[in-house]
Amino acid sequence: MTGNVGAAARAVDVWKSYGTGEAAVTALAGVSVEFDRGRFTAIMGPSGSGKSTLMHCLAGLDTIDSGDVWIGDTKVNGLRDKGLTDLRRRQVGFIFQQFNLLPTLTAEENITLPLAIGGQKVDRAWFDTVIDTVGLRDRLTHRPTQLSGGQQQRVACARALVARPEVVFADEPTGNLDSRSGAEVLGFLRRSARDFGQTVVMVTHDPNAASYADRVIFLADGRIVRELHDPTAAAVLDTMKALDGDDRLVVA
Amino acid sequence: MLKATLKSVLARKLRLVLSGLAVVLGVMFVSGSFVLTDTLDRSFKDLFATVYSEVDVEVAVKPKVDQGDPEAARAGTLTADDVKAVEAVAGVRTAVGDVIGSARPIGENGKVLTTSGAPRVGTAWRDGGQEELREGHAPARDDEVAISAYLAKTGGFTVGEQISVLTLEPKRTFTVAGIFGYPGNRDSLGGELTTAFTQPAAQQLLLAAPGAYSGITVRADEGVSQAVLRDRVQAALGDAYQVKTGEQLAKESADEIGEGLAFFNYVLLGFAGIALFVGIFIILNTFSIIVAQRTRELALLRAMGASRKQMIASVVLEAVVIGLVASVVGLAAGIGVGALLATLFSTFGGGSLQLAGIAVPSSAIISSFAVGIVVTVLAALLPALRASRIAPVAALREAATPDRPLTRLTVAGGVLSLAGGGMLGLGFADGTLWLIMTGLLVAFVGVALLTPLISRPVVSVIGKLLAWSMPGTLGRRNSARNPRRTAITAAALMVGIALITGVSVVLTSATTSITKVADTQIKADLIVSGESVNGESSGGFTADRLDRVLATPGVESAFGWYNDGVLVDGQQKFATVVTDVPAMARVFGLSATGGTIADLEDGQIAVDEPMATALNLRQGSTATVQTTKGEQRTYTVAFVLAKSRVLNEAVFLPESVVDEFALAQINTAFVKADPGVDAAEVRKAVEPVFADNPEVSVQDLSSYARQQASQLDTVLLMIQILLALAILIAVLGVINTLALSVIERTRELGLLRAIGMRRAQVMRMITVESVVISVFGALLGLVVGVALGVAAVRALTDMGITDLGIPWAQLGSYLLIAAGVGVVAAILPAIRAARLNVLQAISYE
Repeated sequence: MTGNVGAAARAVDVWKSYGTGEAAVTALAGVSVEFDRGRFTAIMGPSGSGKSTLMHCLAGLDTIDSGDVWIGDTKVNGLRDKGLTDLRRRQVGFIFQQFNLLPTLTAEENITLPLAIGGQKVDRAWFDTVIDTVGLRDRLTHRPTQLSGGQQQRVACARALVARPEVVFADEPTGNLDSRSGAEVLGFLRRSARDFGQTVVMVTHDPNAASYADRVIFLADGRIVRELHDPTAAAVLDTMKALDGDDRLVVA
Repeated sequence: MLKATLKSVLARKLRLVLSGLAVVLGVMFVSGSFVLTDTLDRSFKDLFATVYSEVDVEVAVKPKVDQGDPEAARAGTLTADDVKAVEAVAGVRTAVGDVIGSARPIGENGKVLTTSGAPRVGTAWRDGGQEELREGHAPARDDEVAISAYLAKTGGFTVGEQISVLTLEPKRTFTVAGIFGYPGNRDSLGGELTTAFTQPAAQQLLLAAPGAYSGITVRADEGVSQAVLRDRVQAALGDAYQVKTGEQLAKESADEIGEGLAFFNYVLLGFAGIALFVGIFIILNTFSIIVAQRTRELALLRAMGASRKQMIASVVLEAVVIGLVASVVGLAAGIGVGALLATLFSTFGGGSLQLAGIAVPSSAIISSFAVGIVVTVLAALLPALRASRIAPVAALREAATPDRPLTRLTVAGGVLSLAGGGMLGLGFADGTLWLIMTGLLVAFVGVALLTPLISRPVVSVIGKLLAWSMPGTLGRRNSARNPRRTAITAAALMVGIALITGVSVVLTSATTSITKVADTQIKADLIVSGESVNGESSGGFTADRLDRVLATPGVESAFGWYNDGVLVDGQQKFATVVTDVPAMARVFGLSATGGTIADLEDGQIAVDEPMATALNLRQGSTATVQTTKGEQRTYTVAFVLAKSRVLNEAVFLPESVVDEFALAQINTAFVKADPGVDAAEVRKAVEPVFADNPEVSVQDLSSYARQQASQLDTVLLMIQILLALAILIAVLGVINTLALSVIERTRELGLLRAIGMRRAQVMRMITVESVVISVFGALLGLVVGVALGVAAVRALTDMGITDLGIPWAQLGSYLLIAAGVGVVAAILPAIRAARLNVLQAISYE
């Protein structure tokens, strides 16, 4: 099911800096990248490399200084709050490190929340497929406090998928999970790309997590510096070590 | 620790402002009351010092029935011989007979001019008095008057114009000969309206006694003190005369007003107390939420070795700082409000009452700080204890501590509610005010403690009505999320709404009772009533007018009554003289339990059952009666009237004693039309009889009842205005709770925005939460208030409130207002929530 072609998300020569004058920090320095439909991409890089900023800008959560950002056919930069909200509602799904579920809602209500907010009907067949895939069938009436961390993150995954967005952005989704729960979540993300053609973009600093992806791009100092396809954990780790070396060279 | 606390206070300015504001408003109310009443008190002292500045001693007839009026002008008149006798006393420089009485000028619109409390006085013009002629000349003929500049301004009169005045006699018209002011270029001394006649005219019109005086003003020779002169005059005249020094009169007059002001002050302080009581809820809630939100921070302090005492001290210190700041601000604001109100009073209320200057009495300062700090610390005590109980390990735990069970709270609430209810019951039963107040407070606290338990089901029902969309559902769930927090916030609103509701129920019941009595018990078609100020008749009409009414075609029967205070067996009672007792019995449907109903002969009185019980009388027994002007006589009880809903503690005297009443005028007459004759037609026929007297109104029964009841509407309005502050503070509480919740749920809000919630939806979510809390509070208040009102009405049955009336429309409007309040309270927190930066919110710790 990887036959879909064309970019689900695209950044063209994106520049972004924080602060002004002397204190200005360049987070993104002319990043151009495309995320193909139906692929699972990991963004890696050391702290301060701009990987989170890139994701936030792609998702329309943060503004850019110059360049263009596209989600599907929608140009993200230039949208006002309403347009951005619509974009997030229909074309983007999020998975956060902190799960971010609403404690007042049951698992099922949390999953269907994006649809409810937009006043859309739930596609029951798709909903069933999703919850069976994440294995939450018997947990639907539970509240977040009654779920384990792994279960909560699977609820968050299901929530991101249920509206069939153009792209799911996952920000360190395994950062708060033990390795077994983390593996479940990553396996699920990979499956959603392979089986359902869902485009997934994940930011992580964990080489093992990145190895689940179809493609890994490496950021340093706001630039894309390397790219791996169908990586193994070892290959990712080696690349990161090499980049570390590059950094030291740059600093020296 | 001190530094850390102060830093924490300053770091959370919003919290400081919102929880402090509740105290500020309460303290403002307290200090404002003190400043206002103190200023007015001193102003009135100055006023009376001026009024009596040229009086060393004043002589009047000693009142036989003390009505508490220091002037006692109505008790009887003095003669020219009395003046001569006073003149002869050693040390008297001058002795001048005064003629002072009631004179009500009629304005250009044909209505009687009114003041707000100050008297409308008629006097005899006297050269060399305090009055200073500004225009024209003194009244020289009996159809001329001089009027005070304040009267000229109020009524728009100029010299040479005509002015009509009501006195003891029907309307008379005069020419304005002159306009006078008072020393210091004042238009009046204290907002009174003064008309000065020639002496003969004044004696006839004001005293109905040619050649008589209402009092004698005495000036002393050089070197003779007021007290010495008073004693000499008293000795010369004997005990039938009341002799007082000018200082004494000034003091007594000021004291009388001072008592009224003191009562006014207590009323204001009572409302301030309610506002502060509500404030306690707000502060308690704020501190509770803050302690809950800072659990990890506080636990960390504990883990690093802070002692429990230090934890308590930290929270209490924060409360002291807030209380102190709020007291200072509240005191300052209160001084401003007090000064403003005093100015308003002197401008609009008292006409030209000269303010003695705004000063801040020490009572205002002491009570402001005491109240402000005590209330804040008291409210912070529970949260402080809770903070001290946080286990150090909580610093390491991820989730907030789960809700503790509500059992203990509910049991305590139940016990307190019952105790409060019991105290209220006892208080209502024997009218003990402090018991009622304490009972109210205890009951409110009890209900507030029960609120968390009822909040879950009730809030979910209210919420379902409002939650038709996802944001609505989320708002509803949020309001049910922390029952304690919602409950306390709602309970604060409950207090104000409950009190307003209770008062509304009592007043509506009173109105219903009045109307019902009028509808079912009084079989008259018309009621002719003279003007009454504060329930006391100030002007009626003479018996010949009643005769003219009786002679009017279509009138079957009519009777009128005169009222005055008398002493029956030494006890002060309100007595009535009825022109036609059998007619009254027919119209009111009265029956006798002893004797037969008939007109009273000389030497006979009649009482109703409650009065008979109070004075231990029955048919045939005797009682002494002392009237205002006459001698004490012994009367025989001719008959006893059965208890009825129209009369309450009534004593009837024979018509011959009317001349001994202070005012020998009929103040109310009841007219019955011939069978088959329309009341409106009779009214048209009767009205011309009183065409020359704007003080007398001819009304059909229902509009009379409505007019009587409408006075209660004014009372209700005043109480509503005063309780509005308590509700305002409760609104602050709702804002506070929402604002703190928004901060607490920053990450959730971030998430909702991230997954596609619009700003408008966020605002709707917060608004629904706010409306749910407010409506919940209002419902609680309505239930508690109706219960209070019903209990009070039951207790007041003996006072004539026999029918329960529930003002459904009003209660509905309170509910709507509460919903509106919820919307308004949500505005700021909602904007704050909608403006959150999604990215920052989502990573908020």
